[in-house]
Amino acid sequence: MAMTKLKTFPGGLHPADNKQWTASRSIEFVPLPDELIIPLSQHIGAPAEVCVEVGALVKKGEIIGKAKGFVSVPVHASTSGEVVAVEPRLHPSGRPLLSVVIKPDGEDDWIDPLPQGDPDKLSADELKDRLRDAGIVGMGGATFPAHVKLSPPEEKPIDTLIINGVECEPYLTADHRLMLEEPERILQGVAILRKILTVDNIYIGIEVNKPDAIALMTEKCAGTDVKVVPLEVKYPQGAEKQLILAITGREVPSGGLPMEVGVVVQNVGTTAAVADAVINGYPLIERVCTVTGSGISEQKNLRIRVGTPLQHLVDFCGGLNGDPAKLIMGGPMMGMTQLSLDVPATRGTSGLLIFGEDDIPLVEQGPCIRCARCVKTCPAHLLPTTIAAYARLEMIDEAEEYCAMDCIECGCCSYSCPSFIPLVQSLRHAKAAILEKRRKI
Amino acid sequence: MIASILSLGAIGFLAALTLGFAARKFAVEVDPRELAILELLPGANCGACGYPGCSGYAKMVVNGDKIAATCPPGGSAVMDKIANIMGLAPITAEPKVAVVMCQGDNLKAKDKYKYLGLTDCRAAQKVADGPKQCPGGCLGLGTCERVCPFGAIEMTPDNLAVISRKKCTGCGKCVASCPRAVIRMAPLDATTHVLCNSHDKGALVRKYCEVGCIACQICKKQVPGAYEIENLLATVVYENHQDAPAAVEKCPTRCIRDFMVSYPDGSSFAEATVPLKKEDRAA
Repeated sequence: MAMTKLKTFPGGLHPADNKQWTASRSIEFVPLPDELIIPLSQHIGAPAEVCVEVGALVKKGEIIGKAKGFVSVPVHASTSGEVVAVEPRLHPSGRPLLSVVIKPDGEDDWIDPLPQGDPDKLSADELKDRLRDAGIVGMGGATFPAHVKLSPPEEKPIDTLIINGVECEPYLTADHRLMLEEPERILQGVAILRKILTVDNIYIGIEVNKPDAIALMTEKCAGTDVKVVPLEVKYPQGAEKQLILAITGREVPSGGLPMEVGVVVQNVGTTAAVADAVINGYPLIERVCTVTGSGISEQKNLRIRVGTPLQHLVDFCGGLNGDPAKLIMGGPMMGMTQLSLDVPATRGTSGLLIFGEDDIPLVEQGPCIRCARCVKTCPAHLLPTTIAAYARLEMIDEAEEYCAMDCIECGCCSYSCPSFIPLVQSLRHAKAAILEKRRKI
Repeated sequence: MIASILSLGAIGFLAALTLGFAARKFAVEVDPRELAILELLPGANCGACGYPGCSGYAKMVVNGDKIAATCPPGGSAVMDKIANIMGLAPITAEPKVAVVMCQGDNLKAKDKYKYLGLTDCRAAQKVADGPKQCPGGCLGLGTCERVCPFGAIEMTPDNLAVISRKKCTGCGKCVASCPRAVIRMAPLDATTHVLCNSHDKGALVRKYCEVGCIACQICKKQVPGAYEIENLLATVVYENHQDAPAAVEKCPTRCIRDFMVSYPDGSSFAEATVPLKKEDRAA
């Protein structure tokens, strides 16, 4: 058989994927913890406004935080029980942020009635309202409210929907397992998204390191016009703009959003949550999360409730294996390092990685040797080392001129740097300074 | 040989004529007072006056025919001379110095995580609000040291910023650069300060810092009027600063320091703590 060249994007790299630990383990349900800590800020945009008081009894799926503004979504109770506190608690971002603490009553009672609906009978606008009310956000990690992404302005027609099943972050297998175990739910979600966007080109992008998922999704899509696209294994293949380029050949212009080229991308987890929200009336209070790394006794894929403290997940996975040196929420390339296991899992928690001392070599930073590895791997075609130097020297105008704002913070530059220069952090620093400058003007 | 000497000479002569003509024709009139004022100014272009650099300040004074702002680095000596040039009444402002309100270096204050990133306090502060457990303490990555135009800030071997009272001109650049607002401006006369910036409760402060203010009120009881405690943090009431040194020895966590006696541990400025008065400074 002749090998056809797989679709991909220029740049990127191949970190060891380490998915073997959990790729074949099916998703397990986590029992209720003693306490659920539900932060009101779990999405990009304005935090939800708390609407319950201490002592209130809430049902599973009840709104405990109201959306504030268009780019915002409500927050729901992920089980039934009593609100025992509304106070700042340590958030995955490393800061204490306002959270609703619920003591579960063990009944796990849903609100009655659930807002179930028939996607065929609802209009596109009604569907979008349902998604907003259910708190659907991008579950690949960025947690951008889905209804905003699905409401492009009229002058930007959308003709393509891409479902992101790439999961290019090493270690994570949550999306992989979801595709294997619940393909129907994903396809129900695809049908709803198609109706909202009225598009005909629908692709599901999956990296070829998940042949079982590609085979299953292809089989399930047979007879429909949904196309499963096998993609080359390369990080960051699942980054929105890189995925669009690989599948459609369209390049999102500098400073633009995917809608500029007529594309909307949604993660497979989000797509499944869309189906749940519309058909069953379930808000986004659960998600799939991979708990892995050398620092945990049993690596697992879990279905977790939003607000579950990480310690509870660790206990369910047999406890820690040795002293942890680093905890990461999300993937190793773009995830957020955590200060403590008291932090709750949120809607964006695709993984919990626990590493021991041996996995994290502490290396000294060296000088830039001009090897240009960061330039070669940068999927956004930037000059990371140059922008980082400008950031260090506070030359913010120059950093902006070199398109620092187009950085997607994928981490390829830092990963490839032989001198261990914190390039992504420098770029983030530059981006923050540019935004500050723009606000002043 | 001769041809080339002649031709180059001719070109040179022509160019000289053109330049000489242009210099007269397009000469820009500069008020001699502006140049004289610019000469007096410290030339650090620090922006403390609120104008774009020293030339911007000189222009403001001459064009506006009034002294609308003081030059803090220049101090009263420079202000008097400027007033003399302009024939205006001198304006004065109380001379100030910047003080790092923290003594929690790497040995005394605990970190909440190991920071391996960019050597810049502003960048570090964006990573979970900085590596120090104390929410207000000096991060010790030297951003203020690098922005100081007068070389008045040093980082101790254990990573604490210390500002020399002798070299600091009060321009305030470090205050603007510090992401934790741990540097504050204080009157030059006041030499005693509560070197802490944590508003946490005493029990918590003790957990992460050996030299933090625990708001025990002892200083306030010792010298009523010279200290006030607001939001769980003691500060010197600078109007009554002359009484403040009496409480230095009484502070149980040793977070009050009289710079007349000594600088924070590890500072090489320790030798330079001569009594500083306004008159010395003007000289």
